[in-house]
Amino acid sequence: MDVRLTSEQRQLRDAAAKLADDLGPGSVQELSDDDRVARLDKAVDGTGWRSLRADGASGVEVAIVAEEFARGLVDAAFGGPVLAGELTRHLGGDAAADTIAVAGHARDARGARRALALDGGRVLAHGLGAAVAGADLTRHTAEVTGAPEPLGTLQADAAGRWSALALVVTSADLVGVSRGAHALACDYAKVREQYGNAIGSYQAVAHLLAEGLALIEGSVSVLRHAAWAVDELGPAEAVRAARIAKLYCARAARTVCETAIQVHGGIGNTWECLAHVYLRRALASTDLFPVRLEDIHSGLS
Amino acid sequence: MDFRDSPEEAAFRARLRSWLAERAGTFPAAGDEYWARQGEWHQALYSAGFFGLSWPKEYGGHELPPVYDVILDEELALAGAPARPSLGYLVQGLGRHGSEELRRRFLPGMIDGTQRWCQGFSEPGAGSDLASLTTRATREGDQWVIHGHKIWTSYSDVADWCLLLARTDPDAPRHRGISAFIVSMHQPGIEQRPLRMINGVTREFGQVLFDGATVPADQLVGQPGEGWALAMTVVGHEREPSTLGFSARYGKLVRELTARAGERVPEELAWAEVQAEMLRLHVRRRLSEQLDGVVHGPDGSLDKLLMTWVEQSVGHAALAVGGTDDPELLGAYLYSRAQSVMGGTSQIQKNIIASRILGLGA
Repeated sequence: MDVRLTSEQRQLRDAAAKLADDLGPGSVQELSDDDRVARLDKAVDGTGWRSLRADGASGVEVAIVAEEFARGLVDAAFGGPVLAGELTRHLGGDAAADTIAVAGHARDARGARRALALDGGRVLAHGLGAAVAGADLTRHTAEVTGAPEPLGTLQADAAGRWSALALVVTSADLVGVSRGAHALACDYAKVREQYGNAIGSYQAVAHLLAEGLALIEGSVSVLRHAAWAVDELGPAEAVRAARIAKLYCARAARTVCETAIQVHGGIGNTWECLAHVYLRRALASTDLFPVRLEDIHSGLS
Repeated sequence: MDFRDSPEEAAFRARLRSWLAERAGTFPAAGDEYWARQGEWHQALYSAGFFGLSWPKEYGGHELPPVYDVILDEELALAGAPARPSLGYLVQGLGRHGSEELRRRFLPGMIDGTQRWCQGFSEPGAGSDLASLTTRATREGDQWVIHGHKIWTSYSDVADWCLLLARTDPDAPRHRGISAFIVSMHQPGIEQRPLRMINGVTREFGQVLFDGATVPADQLVGQPGEGWALAMTVVGHEREPSTLGFSARYGKLVRELTARAGERVPEELAWAEVQAEMLRLHVRRRLSEQLDGVVHGPDGSLDKLLMTWVEQSVGHAALAVGGTDDPELLGAYLYSRAQSVMGGTSQIQKNIIASRILGLGA
């Protein structure tokens, strides 16, 4: 038993973190900086990470990139294309410019031309229509249009693993969001002064942030196992591991993001503070492939 | 990366599992009966080669990687066997701060279970603020004389020895005036007063009054005034992932509660299951990190906080399933309240996380 990241995985994490730090939105205003988004999108394209699975990468590597991108609020598509690629990987064909369709909408649709849905075992390709407003300010949702084109059928095992990977990608996103929101709140707590002291020096504030870090550490552990399980355990066990991770990481992320808003006080409740951008992304990632507590004991579906 | 057992780990697990199967039901796993026979259980584990797994061979350990302790804990929980006696922090404290002579004299008996130990740290006026302790040790010739009052001392009534913190220099700054001693519990000048915990257990917790008990000068651990450093080692190791108090038992209780709940699984139970699984995986990650030689300082406070949340979540699940009519489940719930106090309160853990990891200056 040894569950450390390999040195290659640590390098991947560092590279994804650097890209997110360099080109992700550093403020709410930068969310509407189209030049930045174009540069970010080009840089992500250049890494080839959207086709990680087709290139033989494990669930762990996909989760590493998803986590770092969410930490930096990366607003270029990643999870959608990766999951679309996982569908076409089994069917042959070109996944470039694909994303996924879930619950009747194309998700993570920025730059996509088609959206692939898994319906039972069948993979269906949809066209993309108008943008749909949603909670998330960093990833686009769109309507799907036209008659779906059947691309083929996945074996039950492959469909099960795809579900596990989808839960892992969104769980990794939640862990990244938690880390980003928590770092934002800690930085602020060190500089914002009230009663003559940094607010982070007061136990009432410090303890909220300490709890947040413990939740993040627990999230990292449960995610690591689920990401590993995608390829290393049987599909039913992989899905169960992923459901546990999703439940834990989603609760943790909401708490940590709410804490980030609270620590920012009045400023945290304004549009210009990034805290709500993290919370919104957390809510969207929770709702995408949702898991309820009562699902833990149900079989593959 | 692999969450599975290596071939060596799997072989160890199989050997342990068959040993436990032969002894199923022999030792009580909870309540006063557990505490009454804990010493016997310790020696049975030790004789079979299943105790002191990660400790040095020269003192009776096996020098195995810390993951073996996790395998042991998992299999004990699975078999419904009693917990592994929790001694790692005392072994680390004496191992790191004691002289070679003290280590040779005391560690083998501590590890093989023939000598029982307790930890005399907390006092009525010194709980979270441990450095305010007032138990005094005064040098008289070649011995020290102890006066003071220790409390919340686990298994003090059966202990042969006490690792005791006492103030030896009342004029020194308070952290520097404390020394650590190895005190025999079999002597006049020591009075035991049992404490009854809120779940009714009387054998676990005690208070100990020292009124003129003596300790030979060669049983001072380290130099006078070095007791605080030993105390920090001990409490730090109380929060180590491999000593995270038998966390595998949470998964077992959750499985039992799930079987009892039948169709209607209360939300608290489902959430406890998620949390217990998180902790199982968290311990594995932390132990793997130790392979890099990562020394667990303040990070142990994160582990302790997570474990506390899990235990108390499982406690709430026990209450949700058993109500107040099931004495065993009510006992499990009530016992879980101690977890956010023992080994440093959750508030103290959060202070440590905030100041030493997050740098918040709290």
